[in-house]
Amino acid sequence: MKPGETGVISSFSDDTLSAKLLEMGFLPGTAVRFNFSAPFGDPVCVSVSGYDLSLRLEEASTIVILS
Amino acid sequence: MEVNRKKIALAGKPNSGKSSLFNQLTGLNQKIGNFPGITVDKRTGITLLPNREQAEIIDLPGIYSLYPRTLDEKIVTEILANQKGEHYPDCVALVADATNLKNCMLLLTQLMDLKLPVVLVLNMMDLAAKSGQSIDIQELSTSLDLPIVMINARTGEGIQELKEVFSGSVVPSSKSVFKIGDEIKPLVKKIKEKFSLSTDYEAYQFLQQTESLHFLSREDRDYILSEANAVNFFPHKYQGAETVLRYGFIQDLLNKVILKTSDPEWKKFSYRIDKVLTHKVWGYLIFFSVLFLIFQSIFAWAQVPMDFIDASFAKLSNFLDQSFPEGPLFDLITQGIIPGIGGILIFIPQIAILFACISILEESGYMARVVFLMDKIMRKFGLNGKSVVPLISGLACAIPAIMATRTIENWKERLITIFVTPFMSCSARLPVFTILVALIIPENKLFGFFNYQGLVLMSLYLLGFVAAILSALVMKLLLKTKEKSYLIMEMPTYRRPKWANVGYTVVEKTKAFVFEAGKIILAISVILWVLASYGPGDKMQRAEEEVRAQSREQKVTEQELEARVSSYRLEHSYAGIMGKALEPIIKPLGYDWKIGIALVTSFAAREVFVSTIATIYSLGSTDDEQTIKGRLKSEINPETGGPRYTPAVGFSLLVFYTLAMQCMSTLAIVKRETKGWKWPLIQLVYMTVLAYLSAFIIFQSLS
Repeated sequence: MKPGETGVISSFSDDTLSAKLLEMGFLPGTAVRFNFSAPFGDPVCVSVSGYDLSLRLEEASTIVILS
Repeated sequence: MEVNRKKIALAGKPNSGKSSLFNQLTGLNQKIGNFPGITVDKRTGITLLPNREQAEIIDLPGIYSLYPRTLDEKIVTEILANQKGEHYPDCVALVADATNLKNCMLLLTQLMDLKLPVVLVLNMMDLAAKSGQSIDIQELSTSLDLPIVMINARTGEGIQELKEVFSGSVVPSSKSVFKIGDEIKPLVKKIKEKFSLSTDYEAYQFLQQTESLHFLSREDRDYILSEANAVNFFPHKYQGAETVLRYGFIQDLLNKVILKTSDPEWKKFSYRIDKVLTHKVWGYLIFFSVLFLIFQSIFAWAQVPMDFIDASFAKLSNFLDQSFPEGPLFDLITQGIIPGIGGILIFIPQIAILFACISILEESGYMARVVFLMDKIMRKFGLNGKSVVPLISGLACAIPAIMATRTIENWKERLITIFVTPFMSCSARLPVFTILVALIIPENKLFGFFNYQGLVLMSLYLLGFVAAILSALVMKLLLKTKEKSYLIMEMPTYRRPKWANVGYTVVEKTKAFVFEAGKIILAISVILWVLASYGPGDKMQRAEEEVRAQSREQKVTEQELEARVSSYRLEHSYAGIMGKALEPIIKPLGYDWKIGIALVTSFAAREVFVSTIATIYSLGSTDDEQTIKGRLKSEINPETGGPRYTPAVGFSLLVFYTLAMQCMSTLAIVKRETKGWKWPLIQLVYMTVLAYLSAFIIFQSLS
């Protein structure tokens, strides 16, 4: 995804992390918007479920986006 | 007498305004304690309810759900899932951010299932209104079967209504949200009966979080684990399913009660600020300017109150010295205890100013951006973006800084942060730096602009920082961990800091320093005073005659004589003997036994170096920097015939003081935070050896 793009979450590739991500509002079927990334490309800032969060790239990459 | 007060717990996610509400409710009637056995701050306070009853308010650490990640968060589940515990509340106020209800409701539904009496407190209604959102509160309250109070924790609106609700009786909601799956129902029932619990969900939590519920005994935990194993119960799998189910319920509910959703436009302003503050050039530039500003404020503004404290304590000590009769007990008070307390209080201005700055940055939402900016860089060194706050705090004092590492989830990253924070040059090093730099560096200016002394001082701070970063890197390579590190963190919208909250933070951190560090500094000051005032044999008693006999030929004033007597006493005291014993070890660094004594006394607090040096060189008063400087300049090294304080010795001392672990209070805090002597001891040895070797190299290559 590129900054400014929006996608819909389909599933997660990491079981342990998914519990935490779900709690924070990353639910399958909801939209997630990639707002911008930090100067070195990592971490990234995304909007989901009505608020903004920062994630590291490796965490963000466990979120599978519906294409 | 302990009255039986109503216990009210404040729960909610971070940034929901929980602390503001806590401050509104309790004012200055609050105290920070510790939960027994674990190092998590317990913030409690007393509030007066409209029915004249007093209630105890407990501010729980911010959490998103009952499934905790950090040390701070674990305590919440432990309190709320333990009906028999002493902290189990009579009522929970769930503070929700009205602009973002969805994320706040997850915890709410969990509390409902635990059958806790909950009041839903909707905070930031003004912002929600501004964002164009409108909520059907009546419908929300009926659907959840809960009382709802709308407040504005910043202005205090709605607080009175909330207190009214507290003084009435709050009953648990009749609704439950989560249905436990049929396949584990028998297991849940078994546990519920075994521990005589009142709700299924409590039993379910016993199953989910067996290892983090410390109120369960080992046998109980083993029992639950073996039962869970028998039916193949995997906590993580069920946890995800539970969350999805809860959010399903929440979404349905919100669809019903949110009459008009917020307009995403309202955050535009915040995004525009982010564009600048997280920019690859401007972002760092602004961050470093902010750091510079903080630096400035610590050094420039703190000087006035510090001088005042210093002078007042010197006066007090003098006054008492004159008005008390002579005797060891009075000497202990005037020369041991009072200067000891003064030595603690003198740091308050710097610590207060630093934490005011940090708290403003946190309140405004900027700190989250700093973490965001620095995470990638810090991670290269085994640290975490969140390590930035402790490292900056370390510039004032390592003690509150090390306590600030609790927000770091990952144990390895937290440990590394704790380990390297004492390398940051704290305020106790500054008096030592100032006097030595003034002694060995000329007052000239480079290109007529940069002051040499200032440059050297700055490079010392830089040296401390580099030592911290490189040590972190070494530890990253040495320590192995399976625990995964992550940084899933909310980026709050920017807002104006609330000054009352800043004030409370400052009071809280300063108190932590005074009581945590203070008692150790005071104890060591007293011990050192004893070591410096008593010595073996009768040399101490005969000091005066001895000095008089020596000085008979010379014409000395009464005052000079007195100074010589105290110098003689120090030389023959236990501290003097220790200094002399150290001499062979520190000789390669260019130090003599006099500096050795100062190194010994520095263990209470580094800045004691200055006053020790003053006493050793027979200077009556320690106030005048010029006098000390002049005396040090004229000190002769008997072996070379040249001055004792050559640039080589000066630099060697500066480097030693930058790198050495000379703070007992820090060691005590590290012991508490890492729960054992292992890490503080490693830290002590590592830092001291590093300091010794660096000072050795500096001295040998410069002389």
